[in-house]
Amino acid sequence: MHPWIGAGDEDRQRILGELGLDSVDELFSSIPAEVCVDRLPMDDGRDENAVRSELQSMALANLSPECVPSFLGAGVYRHVQPSVVDAVLSRAEFFTSYTPYQPEISQGTLQVIFEFQTLICQLTGMEVSNASLYDGATALVEAVLFAHRVKRGRFDRVVLAETLHPMYRKVLATYADPAGLEVVVVPPGDDGRVTADALREAAGESSCCIAVQSPNFLGIIEDLPAVAEAARESATLAVQVVTEGVSLGLLSGGGAHGFDVVCGEAQSFGLAPGYGGPHLGFFACRAKDIRQMPGRLAGETIDSTGQRAFCLTLSTREQHIRRAKATSNICTNQGLMALAATIWLEAIGGHGLRELATSCLSRTEELKRRINEMNGSWKLAYPTAPTFDEFLLTGPGSGDELARRLAAEGVLAGVAAHRWGGSWPDGLLVAVTEKNTTADTEALIAAMEKLS
Amino acid sequence: MKRRAIRDEALFFERNPERLRRQGFQLPPLDAPAVDPATILPQNALRSELPDYPDLTEMEIVQHFHRLSQLNYAVDEGLYPLGSCTMKYNPRINEQTARLVGLAAAHPLQPVEQVQGCLRLIWELEQALIAITGMAGVTLQPAAGAHGELAGILMIRKALEARGDARDVVLVPDSAHGTNPATAAFAGYETIELASGDDGTVDLEELDRLMTDRVAGIMLTVPNTLGVFEHRIVEISKLVHDRGGLIYMDGANLNAFAGRALPGLMGADAMHINLHKTFSTPHGGGGPGAGPVVVSEALVPHLPVPRVVKAGERFTLVEDDAASIGAMRGFYGNFLILVRALTYIRSLGSDGLRQMSDVAVLYANLIRRRLANAYHLPYDSPTLHEVVFDDTRQTANDVHNTDIAKRLLDYGFHPPTMSFPLIVHGALMIEPTESVSPDEIDIFCDAMLAIAKEAGENPEFVRTAPHDTPVSRVDEVRAARKLKVRWTAD
Repeated sequence: MHPWIGAGDEDRQRILGELGLDSVDELFSSIPAEVCVDRLPMDDGRDENAVRSELQSMALANLSPECVPSFLGAGVYRHVQPSVVDAVLSRAEFFTSYTPYQPEISQGTLQVIFEFQTLICQLTGMEVSNASLYDGATALVEAVLFAHRVKRGRFDRVVLAETLHPMYRKVLATYADPAGLEVVVVPPGDDGRVTADALREAAGESSCCIAVQSPNFLGIIEDLPAVAEAARESATLAVQVVTEGVSLGLLSGGGAHGFDVVCGEAQSFGLAPGYGGPHLGFFACRAKDIRQMPGRLAGETIDSTGQRAFCLTLSTREQHIRRAKATSNICTNQGLMALAATIWLEAIGGHGLRELATSCLSRTEELKRRINEMNGSWKLAYPTAPTFDEFLLTGPGSGDELARRLAAEGVLAGVAAHRWGGSWPDGLLVAVTEKNTTADTEALIAAMEKLS
Repeated sequence: MKRRAIRDEALFFERNPERLRRQGFQLPPLDAPAVDPATILPQNALRSELPDYPDLTEMEIVQHFHRLSQLNYAVDEGLYPLGSCTMKYNPRINEQTARLVGLAAAHPLQPVEQVQGCLRLIWELEQALIAITGMAGVTLQPAAGAHGELAGILMIRKALEARGDARDVVLVPDSAHGTNPATAAFAGYETIELASGDDGTVDLEELDRLMTDRVAGIMLTVPNTLGVFEHRIVEISKLVHDRGGLIYMDGANLNAFAGRALPGLMGADAMHINLHKTFSTPHGGGGPGAGPVVVSEALVPHLPVPRVVKAGERFTLVEDDAASIGAMRGFYGNFLILVRALTYIRSLGSDGLRQMSDVAVLYANLIRRRLANAYHLPYDSPTLHEVVFDDTRQTANDVHNTDIAKRLLDYGFHPPTMSFPLIVHGALMIEPTESVSPDEIDIFCDAMLAIAKEAGENPEFVRTAPHDTPVSRVDEVRAARKLKVRWTAD
């Protein structure tokens, strides 16, 4: 019997005896024989050592960004990882428990969610936050559907900046169709930023929201006050998407500019790139709209002795109560990832986050300066645009070719900017974080010089 | 649940009230010229002040979370018989393989030739799930069960549209999990509830009546939330298929028959699989899970993109396909959860998966036998992996299922599921899973029997439970009335 199965052969015989049965097969008599099989078309189980070797061989078949200089970003960033994050995450009290439906024995998880909600509110400048969503792309989907509900389903048009992550826009398209939404995409101006006029024109008087990303897909900081103003004039909701959370160490969140929703991806806060997941969607909005908010929410209350306690709340919005009328069908979300982000933010601290963000900015500016000094075909696509820790670089070839040729020189230089298309120049999105040392920068410059 | 933290743990924000500067983590030294953000970034974009986070030391952070962890119940502590959630053991090797640097640090936008290991892993898990279910194709993209349901329903919608036969209704049995009707509504369908028959399974006559040419399909949980197998599943599938509908199977309860029966033979067109249930990935206090969807030939063209394709020994990604429903989320799925599930499936294999279901079902039947004299069994149908009692016998003393659940906390167990199935009033849905030893089942049953006795002899004591948990009964009504969902300084 396998070590993960609780009853050995003798245990099973004893239990069968108690049940008055001869064979386990009798317990399955309600399953029609025509849908049954004797065994599955796969090998029998293997020991721990053999399984570990197989998985390790797959891990070793990858080229790891931890082993070569890497400037990959485009929505997934490499940041420092305090040891405490994984140490706490490995506590079985956190990772082997489930959604805290029983608050009396779940105060640990519930207080963590309450702290997470507060951290997100403080970073985004919003009033309320939920407990997490699947990822940044589905957070955008939920924000759009939320805006549609807040506008009472009267306005089906959704206005998106083209500089909002193209993968997020692609995911939204999957959901927009069954929801009957019309998506209008507004391309950026010459400076790589979307203009308030273009947004206002696209929104007209019949849209439910305008959504922009800042810093945007090209790394450029959008003019959030102008976007919020355009939304106000169009009587529509303003949604800010954030894919690089560390930027909030230096930049104010949309709340300060009058945005109605700030949502996005919090992978930067202590989560491994993990080949795309699990990551951490977040969603924050105004208190007045809380009843339209998707997902789980923890609230403060008291126990029967008057002591402070926490529990899940406003569950009347959710599928297990409202069924077909729920605000979202979300059930299991990304709880452990919210814990990771909470530990990471609390360990880094307020001053630490600003220092970290400043480090990213400084290293990015230094690399941009070095590129500006280069002769030949390497250019910053938007040399005067303000960026945080990512920018668009053009060079001798398409983004795809550049990525492969620089990889051959031993540097993961960036993500091809036309991977999902786009009206911007083709090239590489280059992300520089506090993990990129001067040696990394030198390696990149040297590789670029070889190509030009 | 005797243990509790020595003292109440203050909120992070209440610590270090004067916000004195301490250091929680040492950043790498800045080896590039430092810039002043105000000279680079637009003035109107700059954050005027820091978020109001106290700076704490590393040990303060560790103690904070250690103390909080002490307030949680978890699978590693004892039986967690939350019905339909399959709270089985989370093997430790899973946690090791998911942390292999080659996997954890892989960036999702690396060119495919750099990530052949990741793509192989995805492909291998796909093949394993196809083998376990006997279906034709699979997507690993959905992040959780409900997300998988939505992917499945969108594929059904797309397939019907492609046939020129768009329909507007989805049938959902009244025993279904709340995500089923929520999903159908999210996908733009009207849901019609299908009343269960006397034995808790689908009533074929009722299905015959409701299965019109407006109906896109039926969402069926197999076995259902009563732990009862739809023994007429083949007839149900035939009826629905004959009338142009498709079968969505909710695979939340796959732990009941994996290794013994194949949804592909039952006539399923789409079924999600909760890797965080049947395939042992941790529940993490509420995710991340993963909800792959296996599909029949009819739905293969409509699977989400991107897809992993094998060409010889090389793997690539297909990013676009006009017949696809599109992308359900960013990238390829909760990849590090997929790593854990493949680790589990390779460890158990064909023989182990069958033993898994055998013991899960054996335990549920053992609990049914042991508790049947103390608790009322609303449906007498054969039990598979979970058994549903109700509180009929206890309500005579004004003791309800929630009271029994809270008293169970004092005995050191997580309670059963109570919020559904809606067709059972005062439900106690018990799913033991195969992981625990029979000794643990004994202790649990003794606790349940003791509570039944207490309900008769001292009902007030049960009604005021729990008596021995870190906090006493929590006022959930107050939480909703006096909403406080974040800390503020005042």
